Amino acid sequence: MSDYIVEMKNISKSFPGVRALSNVDLSVKKGEVHALVGENGAGKSTLIKILTGAYQKDAGTIIFDGKEVEVKNPHFSKSIGIHAVYQDITLAMHLSVGENFFLGELPMSSPFTVDWKNVYSTAGDVLASLDLNIDPHMLIKNLPVAKQEMVAIAKAIYEKSKLMIFDEPTALLTNEESEELFKIIARLKSEGIGIIYISHRLEEVFRFCDTVTILKDGRYIATMPTKDTNEDELISLMVGRKIEEMYYFEHHKESEVVLSVRDLTKKKVFQGIHFDLHKGEILGMFGLVGSGRTDIMLSIFGATKYDEGSIAFFGKPAKVHKPRQAIELGFGLVPENRRTQGLALPLSVKTNINLLQYKKISRFGIAISRSQELNIAKSFIQELSIKTPSEDAIVRNLSGGNQQKVVISKCLANRPKIMIFDEPTVGIDVGSKEEIYKLLEKLTREGTSVIFISSYLPEVIGVSDRIVVISEGRQMGIVDRRGATEERIMRLASGIEENSGKIESEAV
Amino acid sequence: MKSQQPVNSESKEKKRFKLKTEGTLALLLLVLAVFLTIFTKGFLTGNNLSNLVRQTAINGVVALGMTLVIIAGGIDLSVGSVVGFAGILVALLMKSGVPIGLAVLASVLISFLVGTINGVMVFDGRIPPFIATLGSMAIIRGAIMLISNARMIAGLPKPFLDFAQTTYLGFPSLFVVWLILILFTIFLTKKTPFGRNVYTIGSNIEVARLSGINIRFTTYMIYGLSGLMAGIAGILMTSRLANGIPTGGQGYEMDAIASCVIGGASLSGAEGTILGTVMGAFIIATLRNGGNLLGIDPFILQIVNGVIIVAAVYIDQYRKAHQK
Repeated sequence: MSDYIVEMKNISKSFPGVRALSNVDLSVKKGEVHALVGENGAGKSTLIKILTGAYQKDAGTIIFDGKEVEVKNPHFSKSIGIHAVYQDITLAMHLSVGENFFLGELPMSSPFTVDWKNVYSTAGDVLASLDLNIDPHMLIKNLPVAKQEMVAIAKAIYEKSKLMIFDEPTALLTNEESEELFKIIARLKSEGIGIIYISHRLEEVFRFCDTVTILKDGRYIATMPTKDTNEDELISLMVGRKIEEMYYFEHHKESEVVLSVRDLTKKKVFQGIHFDLHKGEILGMFGLVGSGRTDIMLSIFGATKYDEGSIAFFGKPAKVHKPRQAIELGFGLVPENRRTQGLALPLSVKTNINLLQYKKISRFGIAISRSQELNIAKSFIQELSIKTPSEDAIVRNLSGGNQQKVVISKCLANRPKIMIFDEPTVGIDVGSKEEIYKLLEKLTREGTSVIFISSYLPEVIGVSDRIVVISEGRQMGIVDRRGATEERIMRLASGIEENSGKIESEAV
Repeated sequence: MKSQQPVNSESKEKKRFKLKTEGTLALLLLVLAVFLTIFTKGFLTGNNLSNLVRQTAINGVVALGMTLVIIAGGIDLSVGSVVGFAGILVALLMKSGVPIGLAVLASVLISFLVGTINGVMVFDGRIPPFIATLGSMAIIRGAIMLISNARMIAGLPKPFLDFAQTTYLGFPSLFVVWLILILFTIFLTKKTPFGRNVYTIGSNIEVARLSGINIRFTTYMIYGLSGLMAGIAGILMTSRLANGIPTGGQGYEMDAIASCVIGGASLSGAEGTILGTVMGAFIIATLRNGGNLLGIDPFILQIVNGVIIVAAVYIDQYRKAHQK
């Protein structure tokens, strides 16, 4: 018997007009955590979808557990022991944890009745064996995302998984929750289960992955033990650039105050948010997921109501009750979730980019000017180098990074004075990240002010002029980039320390 | 730009694909027409065709408004009742001495208002469109029976009755009205910011809200226009049948929905075109007309009609599944 749980060899796959994979290899040993890295569009998802049966390969062989297999459909891949945990959880939200373990094959106590005792005790045992403190009677929708993910993993273990695939599993988790996940992964590994781990967070790759395979533009680049390489080498193999260079750009903060937020409070969500935003400044906002930072931004943008406090725009009190008013004032929002908040997925790239422009580019506000619509779309496709087959392509079919660029284009087309970016680099590849950082520099050089929300510390510290730190809805302090260290910000964010950050002391 | 080449080939492919959806329908229609021309005596006669076009026009007008609602991710079950309501209202107004023009205008406006009430229920009341319009369907039908005492209204002014029989440049007047409304709604959906907003709301209402689209206004207008179209159809119907009929328009919502989905509209929103709906309306009407000419049992025709609806949506889903 071989040591490998799965060997994929010379896998090729084409879609109409695109060669997604050519001769890609990926072999995972039993009890190995194997990282799969590459930019978006490098072919990671396609490779995984071939393995799970969502796509059919055009050429190549798959040997699973010593036998050559044809993975015809997702059902087959599950039946031989391949399970995938995606960032969007695929559980039945309105059913209990226990029921989700047995979907479609509930144990029966008689020909017509479900053996509920068995359902809950079995599920409970599996959860307990993983040290997970989850009540099997709970409905999935009432669990936090992290726990839902854990349930999905526990379910896969119950179904005797031999190979588990994690696709960006930490994207929606807080640091603590991620730690819990890493522990479970270590456990799966010790039980001899093979693991494929896809993540854009390279520090995770180095923390607990044994081997890493790099893909680029649908081609296999290299496989190596993680101990023989480092982040810089990986990134240069993926894109050919170093990460610190990406953050290094000129700052353009001026003294003029563009936005003043005073004692902004929404009961039970956030309290006493208080800061100024200057012209050309990048104001970072750091907080863990669930700290209330997104709600703060949505309130400033008029998308949710706040109870107390005031907002002034260029010194004038701004009454913003609807996103429409914010947009008219000159705000642009790149929301946290581009798929559910940013994009009309079934519509074209052109329509999405022009979404805020249609009134303006219409004669008498009625008849849209086709030529202007096309010009705006084309200019942004070129300016942000959006990779799309055409301006009429449906946004749903673009890669994550390119979708994000469409959202950004939509906002920029409106020539905003203040741009709010909420986790703009989550789930997108290194290349697109770099382009977003470059764009930040360009925007601020032109006098736009930016609020940049992120839960990835090196990034926030790297790009921001100042950083507002939020913890559990409270503003813990404002840190200047010169005094910003990861440790200092983490101490503020975790509530260990609080500086007198309510007052903006430092001069520009 | 290095991506120039694929841009062209892809957009060509896209165009070919578009032709495929509406082209398939056109082809189907052509095949039907040729078949009926060969196998029946009466199909390709001026009399039959103008009759066919007249009947299609009334259902077709209703389907135009329905298309807007469906693209926005909603549904309007009340249109059949609004058809009946406007048909009775215009008859009552004329009987009570209101000039024809004014009676028509008032009926159309009131139908529009009735539609916007659906919009209010959907937007402000957050009632699912299916439920909201199911309710108004029953309410309006009840109102018709009350104001008409469930009796036919006859003895309408001659110029009003003549309208449905008139032709312009050889085309039946009802068809001309439909044609104008088709052009109007194509313009609305393809060329105006309003049209884009309808598609955006249909694809994702949260995205629409964060993009500053006035969802309240747009929703009112969508349902208002659906009511307006149904109102116009009701007036045309009364003119054609020469009487205000309390049960008129019953079941028209089903024909309208069927036209939309045969024409490629998706009940999950953001998909569908006016042209597709027009084809869908023609296919339904031609099948019915042809079936009569061939002497097929109307009950069997009803079954065929149902099969066509299911088959059209199945083919559409199949096509989409194999698109990626």
